[in-house]
Amino acid sequence: MNIGTSTLLSFLLVLLLSMTTGCTRSSDDPAAGSAVTDTGGSASGDFGPPQGEPIKAVLTSPPDVPPPLNRSHPAKVIVELEVRELEKEISEGVTYTFWTFGGTVPGSFIRIRQGDTVEFHLLNHPDSKMPHNIDLHGVTGPGGGASSTFTAPGHRSQFTFKALNQGLFVYHCATAPVGMHVANGMYGLILVEPPEGLTPVDHEYYVMQGDFYTVGKYREKGLQSFDMQKAIDENPTYVLFNGSEGALVGDKALQAKTGETVRLYVGNGGPNLVSSFHVIGEIFDKVWFEGGTRFQENVQTTLIPSGGAAIAEFRLEVPGSYILVDHSIFRAFNKGALAMLKADGPENKLIYSGKEVDADYLGDKAGSLTAVSEAVMARAQGRLTKEQQISAGKAQYTGTCSVCHQGNGQGLPGVFPPLAKSDFLMANKRRAIETVLNGLSGAVTVNGKQYNSVMPPMSQLTDDEVANILTYAMSSWGNQGAAVSKEEVTQVRATTKRAEGAAE
Amino acid sequence: MRLTVCLLLLAGTSLAATSTGGAGTDSVTLGPAKFESVLPPAPGKRAVALASFRLDRRPVTNAEFLAFVREHPRWRRDRIPRLFADAQYLSHWQGADRLGESALPAQPVTRVSWFAAKAYCESRGARLATWYEWEYAAAAGPAVADARRDPAWRQTILNWYARPSSKPLAAVGQESANYYGLQDLHGLVWEWVLDFNALLISNDSREQGGANRLKFCGEGALSTADRDNYAVLMRIAYLSALEANYTTGNLGFRCALEAS
Repeated sequence: MNIGTSTLLSFLLVLLLSMTTGCTRSSDDPAAGSAVTDTGGSASGDFGPPQGEPIKAVLTSPPDVPPPLNRSHPAKVIVELEVRELEKEISEGVTYTFWTFGGTVPGSFIRIRQGDTVEFHLLNHPDSKMPHNIDLHGVTGPGGGASSTFTAPGHRSQFTFKALNQGLFVYHCATAPVGMHVANGMYGLILVEPPEGLTPVDHEYYVMQGDFYTVGKYREKGLQSFDMQKAIDENPTYVLFNGSEGALVGDKALQAKTGETVRLYVGNGGPNLVSSFHVIGEIFDKVWFEGGTRFQENVQTTLIPSGGAAIAEFRLEVPGSYILVDHSIFRAFNKGALAMLKADGPENKLIYSGKEVDADYLGDKAGSLTAVSEAVMARAQGRLTKEQQISAGKAQYTGTCSVCHQGNGQGLPGVFPPLAKSDFLMANKRRAIETVLNGLSGAVTVNGKQYNSVMPPMSQLTDDEVANILTYAMSSWGNQGAAVSKEEVTQVRATTKRAEGAAE
Repeated sequence: MRLTVCLLLLAGTSLAATSTGGAGTDSVTLGPAKFESVLPPAPGKRAVALASFRLDRRPVTNAEFLAFVREHPRWRRDRIPRLFADAQYLSHWQGADRLGESALPAQPVTRVSWFAAKAYCESRGARLATWYEWEYAAAAGPAVADARRDPAWRQTILNWYARPSSKPLAAVGQESANYYGLQDLHGLVWEWVLDFNALLISNDSREQGGANRLKFCGEGALSTADRDNYAVLMRIAYLSALEANYTTGNLGFRCALEAS
């Protein structure tokens, strides 16, 4: 009875405490999205007529972002954006005719303040083949400016809007067929700063994803044309950050130092794919998801819709290369959605040690590969015997050769020639080494039977391994040959050419 | 806006030179025909009826337009009012009545306004082709009268669209002729049509507001009539971006006339 009462009491106490805690959290949490922290939207975005002289907007090419505005009043801002149709590199040795806002994909970054009056000029270069217009998602009004900016080649249009909503917005071309204009790279970002501005950070960068559709395959060389059917099927050839496979890697990687905070303005132009944006090795401290006013904290991967954006912020603690990917991961490794951020600075082993142990773990292969390690050691000490080579070769044969030539060396009739009692194998040691290193295709006669198939080059094997495998094969299943030495393999490797694409 | 264009149209007509003789000898007769346009003529109606007409085999060249300007000096670039042609009118010619190196005689004439193109045709006793006439003639492939369902044919058109106009234009008549014996309908220059400003009511192709609008605006036409015919749709988008006094570096024309 006593126990029952005290349990009930403590249950009530816990309930009471948890209710109190719950209340406290929800009222203090800036990300909770309650009516208390409502910005008021477009109804509260008009701060009156523009003040002072008109300002010409600073436009930047990706990955650069115009500097913070640090302005406390609404202004008249003049934006001049020029459309260019340009042949540029989409991948190494591959070019594509991009349609661009400002000569780059994505287009120039525009930065204004909430309440600003923007006089927008769209210029279509005389060399353009197409008419173009612009729909800015940061514009309140039908079409987002599209119908006011429809512009023939060699002409210019102008319209004016007041930026009533703060946030990070996509802009894009909306000329028919809209999908094709977007697929050719006609998108970019416009940041509408809140009146109080954004917290200063050490670096701001501009990254935008897009999907591209070419008639030729991924990395097929030369000038590639747009493929409308692939675009309709939503089957892109490339998924890229900043319009090219090489846009943000190597020398062009984003730069920062440890201890610094980086803010990424990330857009997704589409036209089709939704991005699972992720930075390998980092956790976003804050993400203003969908480019809006609230942030989420401690995010691994954030979803960026086509025609949407996000602001991601993180502090770099450990030096190294951080890879930006679309974590719909085949896009990253097979379609190009990779970019790089390099962080310089001293190591901090307390946070990230680097590799501390690098040792073999053989699992259930432990038994069979012991022979390989023994052979390696014996060779190093100059006491390698043919028997050790055979044992090591057997283990390696099992891993590499037996799939086709079979464990018993019999091959498969009519498909893969036998090695057991093989006149072809035993007739010429040098040819046997060449065959392993360089592969063999076309008709051969083995033990009186013709085979016509392809053996790929196995040049990824070390000279040691090739020597051991051949010693094993030429001394097994009734074959009685001499040992093959590492030196013999080295000599053949040095005097023959690898096939294109084969390991050296 | 529409009213302005109509008034200008009248003015342009009165300004145009009088006829100097029939259609060019190098033209072919097409139709009468019924065909399906990407722009349906009326709600629920697909087929367009075309009377027989003659169409120039090739676009008008710099040499031909120079002869016209010399005969009708009011169309010289230094005399034409801005109402009838913008500042880029024939600006690639060396002089007001000289071609020079960047305007070879056999190249198609470009940087001509709709008013100038119309006046040229009228000086020959001809007129500009209507959109439906042009669309019908340009639907032909090398071997068939209607190649619009042929993906390879569509891709060649798209490939031309994808190339910027930064390189000098080829001479007219270099491409192989289509089914009717016409050349350069695709792959060389855009071409003015008589009724270019009636094609796309809305400047924002995504609007599909009113019932009548649906039939004319780009995406409406695309979805209702022939969603695969984006190659033609892009030409409509191009034409609808123009005003009658506009000129561009890749826009020329050819003439048509009723077949008698």
